[in-house]
Amino acid sequence: MTRVRALILVLFSCLTYIQPTMALQPNERLADPLLEERARMLSQNIRCLVCQNQSIDDSNATLAKDLRVLVREKLTAGATNDEIFDFLVDRYGDFILLNPPFKPTTYVLWYGPLIFLIFGILMVVLIMKRSNRRSFEKPLSQEEQASLSKLLEQKDKT
Amino acid sequence: MAKTLFILPFFIFFGVIIYFAIPIVKKSDPKLLPSALVDKDVPQNKLPPLSKNKRGFDHEDLVGGETLVNFFSSWCGPCRVEHDLLMKISKEKTVRLFGINYKDQTQAAINWLNQLGDPFERIVADKDGRAAIDWGVYGVPETYLIDKQGKVRYRHVGPLTERILEEKLMPIIQLLRNNKDD
Repeated sequence: MTRVRALILVLFSCLTYIQPTMALQPNERLADPLLEERARMLSQNIRCLVCQNQSIDDSNATLAKDLRVLVREKLTAGATNDEIFDFLVDRYGDFILLNPPFKPTTYVLWYGPLIFLIFGILMVVLIMKRSNRRSFEKPLSQEEQASLSKLLEQKDKT
Repeated sequence: MAKTLFILPFFIFFGVIIYFAIPIVKKSDPKLLPSALVDKDVPQNKLPPLSKNKRGFDHEDLVGGETLVNFFSSWCGPCRVEHDLLMKISKEKTVRLFGINYKDQTQAAINWLNQLGDPFERIVADKDGRAAIDWGVYGVPETYLIDKQGKVRYRHVGPLTERILEEKLMPIIQLLRNNKDD
């Protein structure tokens, strides 16, 4: 048993060392580790429009590579994160952001879950109230009354 | 009150089904995106002509008439598919047609045009693809319809077809031309 457990532990720890293969090429990286870290962070939030469900950090598409290089160039030139996002949104629209912006057209997206949660809570409260009322207010039926008195009789005997 | 509340989830459910069914029934491709540049000025890039004996253009040359700007490349398969239609547009002078050669080798592009014919009135080369990023290009071929003020009116992603030309582009071009007469 302990052996099996050890084996599972070993296998599991192996899994944690598996990392996704990177699209980012070594020669694309910036020398400054701080800037490179920002570049990675930005890239992970920019959608590759060729593949559409990958970030440009993950994608091997040539457009993704071009955008990675562009992001790094802008960072080196001193651009802020927002300036870079704005630059891309101006050209490709909000769809290029993997994190949808918060604005009137996306209110449904952001508030939707909250509305459903409130709706759910409301339903639960309503159902509970109902079942409570039912069990307390309804008088016992004849059968129930009979079995109840039977039980009480038994109790008295003992 | 309570009863309607209990039925509500079903209505929401069907609402969601209908919402997701519409694009399936209409067979629209979710990968095709509208351009973020629609109703905005074309980007102001200075690109060199593809070769010495071809005429280039910039944003100022787009003012004055309706123009199709086509991004293409010799390495791009779908570009070959739409090429015959581009030749037809150029021959019949349906609308002014400019080309932007995207991330291509100059000689390969010239060979392509010599072999298949050159439909472009003017043509520039975007070697590093930076101008294409300014236009919001995400996959060649892409075709942009520019009005006579130099504003983007429509963008088609993928090979141009007779149907797209007739059903999407021509109505807008007609509308733009009619406005000119006013």
